[in-house]
Amino acid sequence: MISFFVRRLLLAILTMWVVSVLSYVIIQLPPGDFVDTYISQQSASGSTVSAAEAQSLRELYGLDQPVWIQYGKWITRILTGDFGESMEWRQPVKDVIGDRLWFTVLISVAALLVTWGLALPIGIYSAVRQYSFGDYAFTLIGFVGLAVPNFLLALIIMYLSFRYLGANAGGLFSAEFELAPWSWAKLWDLIKHLPLPSVILALGGTAQLIRIMRANLLDELRRPYVVTARAKGLPERWVVLKYPVRAALNPFASTVAYLFPYLVSGSVIISIVLSLPTVGPLLVRSLISQDMFLAGTIVLLLGVLTVIGTFISDLVLMWVDPRIRHQMD
Amino acid sequence: MIARLFGRTSRADSASAEERFAVASQLQLTWWRFRRHKLALASGVIVILFYLVAAFADFLAVNDPQDTDSRRSFAPPQVISLFDDDGSFRPYVTVIRARRDPRTFRMVFDQSSKVYLTMFTPGYNYTLFGLFETNIHLLGLKDPQPGDGLYLLGTDRLGRDLWSRMMVATRVSLTIGLAGVIISLFLGILLGGISAIYGGVVDMAIQRTIEIIRSMPTIPLWMGLAAALPSDWSVMQIYFAITVIIALLAWTDLARVVRGKFLSLREEDFVTAAELAGAGQLRIIFRHMLPSFLSHIIAATSLALPAMIISETSLSFLGLGLRPPAISWGILLQDAQNIEALALAPWLLMAAVPVIVIILAFNFLGDGLRDAADPYG
Repeated sequence: MISFFVRRLLLAILTMWVVSVLSYVIIQLPPGDFVDTYISQQSASGSTVSAAEAQSLRELYGLDQPVWIQYGKWITRILTGDFGESMEWRQPVKDVIGDRLWFTVLISVAALLVTWGLALPIGIYSAVRQYSFGDYAFTLIGFVGLAVPNFLLALIIMYLSFRYLGANAGGLFSAEFELAPWSWAKLWDLIKHLPLPSVILALGGTAQLIRIMRANLLDELRRPYVVTARAKGLPERWVVLKYPVRAALNPFASTVAYLFPYLVSGSVIISIVLSLPTVGPLLVRSLISQDMFLAGTIVLLLGVLTVIGTFISDLVLMWVDPRIRHQMD
Repeated sequence: MIARLFGRTSRADSASAEERFAVASQLQLTWWRFRRHKLALASGVIVILFYLVAAFADFLAVNDPQDTDSRRSFAPPQVISLFDDDGSFRPYVTVIRARRDPRTFRMVFDQSSKVYLTMFTPGYNYTLFGLFETNIHLLGLKDPQPGDGLYLLGTDRLGRDLWSRMMVATRVSLTIGLAGVIISLFLGILLGGISAIYGGVVDMAIQRTIEIIRSMPTIPLWMGLAAALPSDWSVMQIYFAITVIIALLAWTDLARVVRGKFLSLREEDFVTAAELAGAGQLRIIFRHMLPSFLSHIIAATSLALPAMIISETSLSFLGLGLRPPAISWGILLQDAQNIEALALAPWLLMAAVPVIVIILAFNFLGDGLRDAADPYG
């Protein structure tokens, strides 16, 4: 069990390192650096930047040093909690990102909970009532959920709510709370706005999980111990819930590790459609304006968050499934 | 699994059918199994139709997809009436002609008038399959007056014909998916195969790499890489770069399938038999093992394609994938991104329909193929 834990931890740290290198690659990829962009901006607005000025700017930002030294400096500063300065906003990256990161986490976790909350009962139902009308209906909905990219779903729901309800379905807050300080009323407003984006985000993953849960449970239900339990006169409820569901949960929990990256990815795109105050719209904007420090930091933070989420879900898996716990002893 | 949900087993119980089963080749058995899965069969037909549209995109287009005209900005879709007033079959559309009064400079709307449709009419020039220069299109207007146009799905803000743009977008979006799948297929088979054959440290390294790639949020990474493409690249260069970027992160599933199949097949009796008979390793892999898991690879490919298409559509939708003047489904949907445009021109959402249809079709097809892939099971 300890070795499992250590292996997972090492893999998580390795993944974080790869994410940090990739984020830095993204920062470095665009041809030219920020100073070039700045010069072209200045010349577009009529003023010029001399070569000496450009050179001193480069020295100021440390852009004249070799790449690995720049990476080393960057990562050390990040480890001490200093994310540098956004070149477009001329503010610390930390302030620009602000609460947005936590809203991303909030929506992704909410979507994860919705996925679990929907997939578990529906999966059990579909397996126990195999080939019933409900089973077919859920399979069909599941396929649509799997096939419609969630940003398209968001677009369609936006349009429908505008057309038939006359309301803007986007955002996480009502207009009057948008800039208001935190209060119970604002929190309640947030809770009211949360279901729509989380359900949209959760649909694709839910469809996948239902299929897995259904297939696993169907396999378990055919096992002899289920027949034994039934023959002993256990109520059907207990026959299903006590052992087969628990046994079927195992792959269910391990899929979550791959579900979380998917949800974080998806939240970036649907945030743009639904104009949610997450890091998604900020990432797109920073990439388009080549504000690479901001963009790189967001990619890094999203990556690290995902790795942490995956790690936690591994631990949950270990806790849920005694087979994994004992396998490693 | 899903196949059994939809497909109905029709058991032929005559002895001759059993004999037929015994002597049939694997390909035949696969086809028989696949044929039972009606939904997959229908999906296969839809996929073929989509690729036909891709091949004949310009022929099916009505107007030049790049042709802008501010006078017909946000023109709503036209409805084709199949029968004329006297009940005869003469399809027509109704157009409303607007002209500027030369004295008052006001727009004057004339009475709506019928314009009949014809087939195989000359239109804008294009080259079919990059070989034949022609200007024949499937549909067109008969004797149109200047300013008349056939806009089956309406026009966008710049007055470009959505129907024609969707035809051309189909070609771009479907081929980008195909090219991406070929690259990730190559990577997947190569790395999955190496991983299974060599085992040990190599296997370890490849498996950890796959785990790392799978535990990263892909969309932000794609966005970062795609945004870094130089803005002075041509449409074709961007197209290939995007394909490579999507494929680089998508090969992991295929590699897992290949590795798993390789490992399980290595233990099979027929492989041992071939080894004992003195067959070389390459011969065993290509002559004995590959045919057994080729069908699995085909199935995995048809399940990987929709993911590719979604990736391209998402990236282009965000303005980080293909860039105008390229036309893809994502680029068409970009116009439908904000609620104002949708309120004004809801028909722009039509570009979502082919995306959803083709993704569903590929999923069903892939499911059917996966079930049929192992006809002896």
